[in-house]
Amino acid sequence: MKVELSVNGDQRVVDVEPRKTLLDCLREDLDLTGSHAGCEHGICGACTVLLDDEPARSCLIFAVQADGYEITTIEGVAPAPGELSVIQDAFCETHGMQCGYCTPGMVLTAKALLRRKPQPTRQDIVEAISGNVCRCTGYGQIVDAIALAAERLAGANAPAAGKP
Amino acid sequence: MKPVPFDYVRPGSIEEACALLAADGEGRVIAGGQSLVPMLAMRLARPTRLVDILRLPELSGLRETETALVIGATTRQSAAEHHPLVAAKAPLLAKVFPWIGHLATRGRGTVGGSVAHADPSAEIPLVVVTLDAEIVVREAAGEVTFKAGDFFLGPMVNAIPPAGLLTEIRLPVWREPRIGVAFHEVNSRHSDFAFVCAAAQVAFDQADRCTACALGVGGLGEYPVRLEQAAAALVGTPLDDRAIAEVVNAAMARVEVWGDLHATADYRRRVGGVLARRALSDARGAALEGRP
Repeated sequence: MKVELSVNGDQRVVDVEPRKTLLDCLREDLDLTGSHAGCEHGICGACTVLLDDEPARSCLIFAVQADGYEITTIEGVAPAPGELSVIQDAFCETHGMQCGYCTPGMVLTAKALLRRKPQPTRQDIVEAISGNVCRCTGYGQIVDAIALAAERLAGANAPAAGKP
Repeated sequence: MKPVPFDYVRPGSIEEACALLAADGEGRVIAGGQSLVPMLAMRLARPTRLVDILRLPELSGLRETETALVIGATTRQSAAEHHPLVAAKAPLLAKVFPWIGHLATRGRGTVGGSVAHADPSAEIPLVVVTLDAEIVVREAAGEVTFKAGDFFLGPMVNAIPPAGLLTEIRLPVWREPRIGVAFHEVNSRHSDFAFVCAAAQVAFDQADRCTACALGVGGLGEYPVRLEQAAAALVGTPLDDRAIAEVVNAAMARVEVWGDLHATADYRRRVGGVLARRALSDARGAALEGRP
């Protein structure tokens, strides 16, 4: 079954079985292997992508259902090849990862949170990532990373001193 | 973790969806897919065809009638969660959303999907049963309306006929000025399945007497249960703790309860009673303080 997907701003046409999840389609048909397959039944959050800027489990939607959405994967987060986004940078600086398996899902979940709520409390951050399982870090540094990214993004958007 | 092969169709109307379901006995409706897709992945469900109703515009959205808040089946849980009509007219429903899955699943999951899935521990079915809502189902032959108490038949079993489609939920809107609601749940971690949950909605008159009362418990047995006699016995009282304890204890002794590896039947009955009492007294407190 043919379906046209909009992934990271590109229009891509894939021909997939209806039973193929968006996750498997991204990884196998579009070579976007940054979205990770964890539990494959909606518990772990490793496969999180953004559909129209909102986090969603790519293992719980079939590729044939995903037309019409702006799909953002971790490959679409950095501003240019070889660079990192503010959120990704913050994850590096605070050691917000160890094995990295959950990290793409965490970064995308954080991106959606900071778009919705640019100055989240620590509780907001914990609530936002509560659906993303990390088995390494104990979450502390991930929360730190998102808080740091929020601070930097807020700073970057502030008008220059003395100007309205 | 890969589903069996199936056909995928996206009908253009409710009628077409019903016809597709009628034509294929092994077809299933999919909307948000947040409960169905895991079942497909584990091959607990093996449909030959998925009928995707998510983009039928007439199935989505909220509106108010004289007596009810009508919620379209495919309204996203996250959309309902933040909808002003839900906060104003169905405060009990507003209360349970933070307990349902996570942000990422509420963004895809639908209100009607949760009802149709009929998980005995799920929060939306509990609210629907507690408030004695109506559930509207469409078939080729026409529309059928179920009372919530007749809709849930067992774990993951509902009264929708094989070629039927849940179209909307009509939650009764209480017109009393002083309403209070409360919800309590015990689970192993936030957003996980409830072992036990309880919901209450009460109304008071100016003399601080309870004029209406609804109480329900979930997670105990095959489906959520409305404790109708207990709630009725409390109407006309000031809803004091002693009266609450008396009627809830009597009601809980009669509820059918099961045990599993998460919690024994005794535990569920005991904690169900505690949560039901707590829900009633918290709802009373909210009503008397003038916040829903």
